[in-house]
Parts: sequence; C-alpha cells; structure tokens
Amino acid sequence: MNDTAKAPAPAGRAAAKKELPEHLKAYKHVWVFIEQERGQAHPVSWELMGAGRILADKLGVNLAAVVVGARNEATQAVVRESFNYGADLAYLVADDILTDYRNESYTKAMTDLVNAYQPEILLLGATILGRDLAGSVATTLLTGLTADCTELDVDAEGSLAATRPTFGGSLLCTIFTLNYRPQMATVRPRVMPMPERVEKPLGRVIEHPLGLVEDDIVTKVLSFLPDRDSTKSNLAFADVVVAGGLGLGSPENFQLIRQLASTIGAEFGCSRPLVQKGWVSSDRQIGQTGKTIRPKLYIAAGISGAIQHRVGVEGADYIVAINTDKNAPIFDFAHVGIVTDAVRLLPALTEAFSKRLSPHQRDRLAS
Amino acid sequence: MHIVVCMKQVPDSAQIRVHPVTNTIMRQGVPTIINPYDLFAIEEALRLRQKFGGAVTILTMGPPSAEDSLRKALSFGADRAVLLTDRFFAGADTLATTYALATAIRKIGVEFGPPHVVFTGKQTIDGDTAQVGPGVAKRLGLMQLTYVSHIDNVDLEAGTIDVERRSEGGVQKLRSKMPCLISVLEGVNEMRIGSLSDALAAARATIIKWSAQDAGVEDITKCGLRGSPTIVKRVFAPKPRAEKAQFIELGDKPGDVFVDELFKRRPKLESELGHLTRGY
Repeated sequence: MNDTAKAPAPAGRAAAKKELPEHLKAYKHVWVFIEQERGQAHPVSWELMGAGRILADKLGVNLAAVVVGARNEATQAVVRESFNYGADLAYLVADDILTDYRNESYTKAMTDLVNAYQPEILLLGATILGRDLAGSVATTLLTGLTADCTELDVDAEGSLAATRPTFGGSLLCTIFTLNYRPQMATVRPRVMPMPERVEKPLGRVIEHPLGLVEDDIVTKVLSFLPDRDSTKSNLAFADVVVAGGLGLGSPENFQLIRQLASTIGAEFGCSRPLVQKGWVSSDRQIGQTGKTIRPKLYIAAGISGAIQHRVGVEGADYIVAINTDKNAPIFDFAHVGIVTDAVRLLPALTEAFSKRLSPHQRDRLAS
Repeated sequence: MHIVVCMKQVPDSAQIRVHPVTNTIMRQGVPTIINPYDLFAIEEALRLRQKFGGAVTILTMGPPSAEDSLRKALSFGADRAVLLTDRFFAGADTLATTYALATAIRKIGVEFGPPHVVFTGKQTIDGDTAQVGPGVAKRLGLMQLTYVSHIDNVDLEAGTIDVERRSEGGVQKLRSKMPCLISVLEGVNEMRIGSLSDALAAARATIIKWSAQDAGVEDITKCGLRGSPTIVKRVFAPKPRAEKAQFIELGDKPGDVFVDELFKRRPKLESELGHLTRGY
C-alpha cells in the first residue's frame, strides 16, 4: 500500500505503463479473503464479495472466495455461505492449526494459494486481522497493497484503480499496481454496501493443503479473552447516529450529543480531533481512521466535514449538518444544513424530539 | 537487551490545509511532529530497557530535517538515533520503505548488536496504512506481533516473550520468540517527560546518518519510487454532491421547526425513531 504522504508520481513514470511481464499474464480472477474467527464470518467479507463481483464482471473473470480456518463444520458453513454472496468458486485451506488466527500460519496459507492459483486481484477487509495479514502477504509476494480503499474500479486496461484518502484525509488519491500481481487492496468494514444474499447451491471448492505442522509455528496462543458485549459500541450498524466535532467548543458540551442520541435511540460518535484531544474515546470516532457508518439518519453537529470524516459517513441515507460556517465542506455532502451554533440548537432538538417521540404524547394525540 | 524503535516524522495533519482554488496541499509552514502512535512504541521500549538493561536505538527514514524528531526521541532517554536519508529513498511506498528499513536494521545489528525486539507504532497518521511493521518483520524473519496492548513477560534466557494483543472481538494472549517485531496499540502507556540530563545529552548527541550505501543497500532499484510497486496516478479533491445541502431556517422555535421539517422530508423516520426509542 502506498505511503500517502508521497507526491503523485511524475507523469512520465505513471504514463509509462510497461507490458505486464510474461510470467504475470497468467494471473487471472478476483479473490476475496473471507475473514472468519471462531466460525463467524466477518460482515466486511460479504461487503467485499459485492465489490469483487462488480470488478469480476467488468473484467469478465471469476470471483473466488478464499476461506482459511479449522477443519470443521463452521468453516464448511462459511464456504457454503460464500456462494450465497456471489462466489463462482471457493478456495479452502482447512486445518485445525488454523483454528486461531496467527500471522505465520495464515500468511503461509494465503501466499501458497496465490502462488498456486494466481489471482490478479486480492481483496481483504481492513480489520485488525486483515491488516496484520495483508502486509505480510504483500511483502512475501513482493507486490503492491493499497490500504483502506473507499472506491475500487478497473480502468480501460483492466488494472485495479484503488482510491483512498491521502494526506491525513484531506484529499483522495487513486493508486495502481501496474507491473506486479496480484493487485492487493484492503477496505474497511461498512465502506462497501452489503450485497443481497441469494440462496445458491454449493459450487466448486478447491482445497489446498496448509503444509505445516504445529511444531513449525513459533507463536502459541495461550488464551483468548472475548470482549464483553457491553464494551462494544454499535456505531457501525446503528440506524441513527448523532456526532459532534470541534464546533462543540469544550469537552463538557459533548454531553449535548449524548443527550440527543439517547432521546432518539441513536448511537453517538465524534470526529477525529475530539479523539486526538482526548474528549471522547477512540471507539466512537467516525471517519476513515475510525468507524464507517451507514445509518438512515446522521446528525453531524459542529463537524466541518474533512474528507477523513466524509468517507466514513457518505453511506448514510440522510445527513443533517449543523455548523456555524455556511461554507463548511460538510454542506457539500449533507442533505440538509442548518447554519447555527450547535451548542445552542442541540438542547432545543433534544426537547422537541423528546416531546414528539414520548409515548405519552403519542397517546394523547391518538385520543 | 537491544531494542530498535522505527519512528516516522510526519506533518501535523491537524494543520494541513488544501488550497481552496487549486486543490493542492499547502505544505508550507506545516509543523512536523513525531508520529503520535510511535510515542507509545518509544515509551514501551524505554520500559523494557528499564527492566532488562541494554540500549534503545531509534531509527527513522526521511529527509535531513527528520533529525529534529530523532533529537526529541533522544530527549526521552533513547540511547542512539539513526537517520536513514538519501534521495534514492524518496517516493517510497510501503514495500520499498520496508526494504530500506530492514536493510538498516540489519546494519544496526552488525554495528550495535542484533535487536531482541523491534518496535513500531500501530500506524502513521499521514499514511494510515499499518503495513510497514508487518513488512519489516517479514523481510527480517522476525515474529510479528501487532496491536500489542501489554508485554506480560520476557524470558531472555529462553528467548520467549508473552504479550497481549488486540484481535477481532477480544484479546489474544500469545507466547512467541525473540527476535520479534511488536506494533504497539495506542493508549497503552503514557510517554514520560525526559530528564534534564537526557535533554542536554540529546541536544549534543551526534545523530548517525546513513545513506543507502552506508546502510548496506545492495539493490538501489528496490528503493524509493523505483522500488515501489504502487503508483499514485491521481490526487484530487472529492466532487461535491450534485445538489448542495438545502438550508433550513429554524426561526424562534428551532427544535419544533426542525423536527417538523425532518419528518416532512423523511416521513418514514418518524415511525423508525419511534420504534428505536420504545424498543420495538
């Protein structure tokens, strides 16, 4: 993946696309790594299947799901499910050594598969697991990897065009891996829409051996402590989200965001500066380096709308922005804008919603 | 115990501005800082040294001005600082960066003793890729331990290290072997305030500067832009949505007017919000 602080390549170099080296021409088809831990497929993998389907159709090639895991029923279920999300075929490395994610074993499984079956594009989720794995696989294969893409496409010559925010999220850039294969990219959860699940019969599954025994692997898992559910924020999957930014002025005012959120049954979030200032914990951050949200309603209060934030909220059905600056970039992508001080408006909103949504009020209106 | 910390000097992204007309980055006058995530790695390295003795070497690749950040790292108490600087490194993507850093770490091993642990931050705030740590580990054949929140135990005699690492949905406790590469999760420690004597020593210290050749780079085509498989073809500002936001005037009853307007424009929201607040 590209270090984004780098300037765009000089036109001469970028334009000088050489013919793909002969030994790389055999690389065909689009692969999606299906991330699963303890028998549970990560939703980002199905989102990537949706994106991968579009790329494969444009290129006229197959879409393959790549499943790596323990040799058990749960792994088989993930393989079957991958066909319901559009796989033309699946590659499977099943071995009980792969029960827990470990970098050594998973990197071996993925690089062996790539070397044996030669995909032109390999997509992974930009999760903790995916980021740990993708960097190792790309370095082992000595190919290009683009992290946290917000848009994937193929150009007229069939190369993967991977777009991501750059310069700390103030601009976008499109990155190509022209003369190396596979072209690798990661995408964060919820950035791509979830495709429709369509029941399909099990298709072709190609099994590949891991070729490792437990003694070959240095790192041992001593234990795994699952997170308690109560510590997880449900931001990424919330139907309604209210978030605050620097326009709130002080950490105390963030309380206004929480109050409105709790009144309308929303999750609350914030923009990056509030996390950097320590006002709000990082699991509440919305944007490229935080959570990507796709709610039915998003209310952004005192957030200017830098690209870093924008790419995390563009999937929202309806965006309401409150900002004192009528030229703030957030009004370029919000549906409705209110030019005012959020600190003054928020309590009024909380009160009005509370009145309108309270069961008491409803009953009174109905009678 | 010898500990190497890979660090990057980055522009303070909070202060980067885009020119409103030309859409180009206005870099002039943007101050540089140590990548904030790397501070956790430096602190963790200093704590290990406190416990087990030895030395902490800070390594960075960058322009000559990155010397400022190295001096800052020395003022926290690091023992030496190496600046990898050469025009051949310019324009490196993550793969080319890992080649240069891995080469330099090998050289550091020869000059100052092989490292037991190489630390990195979780990611940088300018690139945000989190790919350089894993790449360096792969190239040097180090055990890779990313997103580490706690080092539970180090057994120098047995060469083992026990860590807790953040994984999807929980915390993995791992036992691995040194040498290893550890990327440190943010927020797991608090950077110390360096001592006065360290600050004075840092001001006087000689920063070790290596060109590609000094560091022992054998194949210059693997460095910088030439060694980068990825190519940035286009940098651009996003297009505004075709229609800009419709502005609403709220008058003197802003809350009620807002709720009316919202439900008028998105009628389904009224029942959806009702369901959310009543829990069915």
